Amino acid sequence: MEKNKHFLVGIFDDQDELLHAVEHIRHAGVKIHEVFTPYPIHTLEHELGYKRSYMPRAAFLFGATGTTLAIAMQSGMMGIDWPMIIGGKSFLAIPDFVPVTFESTVLLASFGMVGTFLVACGLHPLKAPRLFDRRSTDDKLVMAIDLGNNSLSEDQIKAVLKEAHANEIYRKDFTDEDNSESFLTYLVDLFTKGVTSSSRKLN
Amino acid sequence: MQVVSQVREPLITGGKTIRDITEDISSRVEESPSAAWLGGFAFSLLMFIAGGIYLGDLLWSGIGRWGLNKSVEWAWDITNFVWWVGIGHAGTLISAVLLLFRQKWRTSINRAAEAMTIFAVFCAGSFILMHVGRTWLAYWCLPLPNTYGSLWVNFNSPLIWDVFAISTYLSVSLVFWYIGLIPDFGTIRDRATGKIGRLMYGMLSFGWDGAAKTWMHYEAVSLILAGMSTPLVLSVHTIVSFDFATSVIPGWHTTIFPPYFVAGAIFSGFAMVLTLMLVIRKVYRLEDYVTMEHIEMMNIIIIVTGSIVGIAYTTEFFVAWYSGVEYEQYAFVNRATGPYWWAYWSMMTCNVISPQLFWIKKVRTSILATFVLSIIVNIGMWFERFVIIVTSLHRDYLPSSWVYFSPTIYDVMCYIFSFGLFFTFFFLFAKYFPVVNMAEVKAVWKESNPRVYRARRTVSEDEIPAADKKAIEKDLVHAH
Repeated sequence: MEKNKHFLVGIFDDQDELLHAVEHIRHAGVKIHEVFTPYPIHTLEHELGYKRSYMPRAAFLFGATGTTLAIAMQSGMMGIDWPMIIGGKSFLAIPDFVPVTFESTVLLASFGMVGTFLVACGLHPLKAPRLFDRRSTDDKLVMAIDLGNNSLSEDQIKAVLKEAHANEIYRKDFTDEDNSESFLTYLVDLFTKGVTSSSRKLN
Repeated sequence: MQVVSQVREPLITGGKTIRDITEDISSRVEESPSAAWLGGFAFSLLMFIAGGIYLGDLLWSGIGRWGLNKSVEWAWDITNFVWWVGIGHAGTLISAVLLLFRQKWRTSINRAAEAMTIFAVFCAGSFILMHVGRTWLAYWCLPLPNTYGSLWVNFNSPLIWDVFAISTYLSVSLVFWYIGLIPDFGTIRDRATGKIGRLMYGMLSFGWDGAAKTWMHYEAVSLILAGMSTPLVLSVHTIVSFDFATSVIPGWHTTIFPPYFVAGAIFSGFAMVLTLMLVIRKVYRLEDYVTMEHIEMMNIIIIVTGSIVGIAYTTEFFVAWYSGVEYEQYAFVNRATGPYWWAYWSMMTCNVISPQLFWIKKVRTSILATFVLSIIVNIGMWFERFVIIVTSLHRDYLPSSWVYFSPTIYDVMCYIFSFGLFFTFFFLFAKYFPVVNMAEVKAVWKESNPRVYRARRTVSEDEIPAADKKAIEKDLVHAH
């Protein structure tokens, strides 16, 4: 089966049930594509076997850049380019540079890290997300299993999901167009077909 | 056997399910605006426009329109600036400092508090821009290459530090707030039944899908932003206090200013959060999310910070006497007994005496008392800045230039303008944005809903209704 097109979706209600289910399913040799939840669930990323987030490193690198730039800018301007005599004080009054250096560090670290986050997760205003179940932003915990990426058959995976106490199990297929939907087609679809699914009605 | 453990009261009451949380918060965004909202919004716009007309004239004619004079060169409007920027501290404090301290009660109030912060900093920023006089040249505060050499800005000046501090604070708070909003916009997008709602909230949600990997990065980003915002929020008001403390004016030139200003900022910020949250809670029927426990917690913070401010006022007086500097001593005696005695004693009453009423449990768990006192605190904090600024200036070293400052209509209307600006934004926020962080409330729901609360607080068997027993057992199994 082709990858990234045919999925089995399992719906869970409780975060602890989900954590046990993830453990069980991975233990049974099934590869989980992704889990979509309405709120962060701690240790879920660990159960799914994800590597630790590299956001702290991004923040540090951007922050260090901010510190360096701010010190270079202030010493360059005040000490080299146009030294000014202010009360006979040192041109390079390092303590005076602390506030601006600190602010620049924080500014660059925050913006750099948030930028990295948005790029890493592919989040931007013109994104048309591929959603498995709209209730995943409301109260349901939605697990997606890529049939094309698993050696077990659909029925076998269904059985594993059932054993793991999934409340609902259904198959979801995406076409090539669904998988690479542009914002324009999303917009045209929205205004020609209208809103087809809403979690307000699904529940 | 009966063992009662120390477990905090549930944060979300009323037996809400996760679904109810979505419903309660999102439906406020989805319903059409109420008459009260429209009325309030129209009134805010009116203040904004009426103040804006005077502000327009001020920008055209120059800041000579204000009641400033040769001795009192800073007065009402810089008071407004410091007041607003102080108010703008609570949001980041609630979301950042309380996040680091793992205070889970913050989840119900952080969204509105952060919004308030951002709008308050907008107002503060508008006063900085007004003070530039030629507002269109405000960009000269930035170290940009220019035709004068390049002549750079002076990095030894606290006023330049302030430019960096406030703009950084505003942008970082805005980013922090927006990152927190993305998952909730996703929720509203998925609930939308109309095309416009689906499109607008879809764009605002940045295509959020709530994948575990995204949440993992998101949690790391939130924690680091909180970690960085904590020193940032402390630095901002510290630097604002440097504007005064690094000068040589008696009454300003004191090393106590940074901690004293920061405590005052938290004090007034929490008071403003309370004022606004009590109204939102009532209008949006959020009593199960912003519980008495939340209100009591904030009132306790108000006692603590109010007392710190009280100690600061006393210390200032003591140090003025102890310094043996005649000018310093006079500045303080003049504050309490001079022509501005009424401002000084309003400040003392509102900031130091009135919050002490919160020691009484009945007062700090009364909605009405909290509401009234929160407004009194904000009045007091305005007077604090007025006292520091005006009374320190109006009698300088030459008695021949001693004057009395009286505001003109332009001072008053610029203040009204800032209220208009603040409430216009706040009304829009309260209607079109989710006022409670749904994702975060859902994340603390499991461990703090009444059922689990009852289960963890081990009680004698017969206290538990039979129907709950099974559910409790299930919860306990998962908890371990």
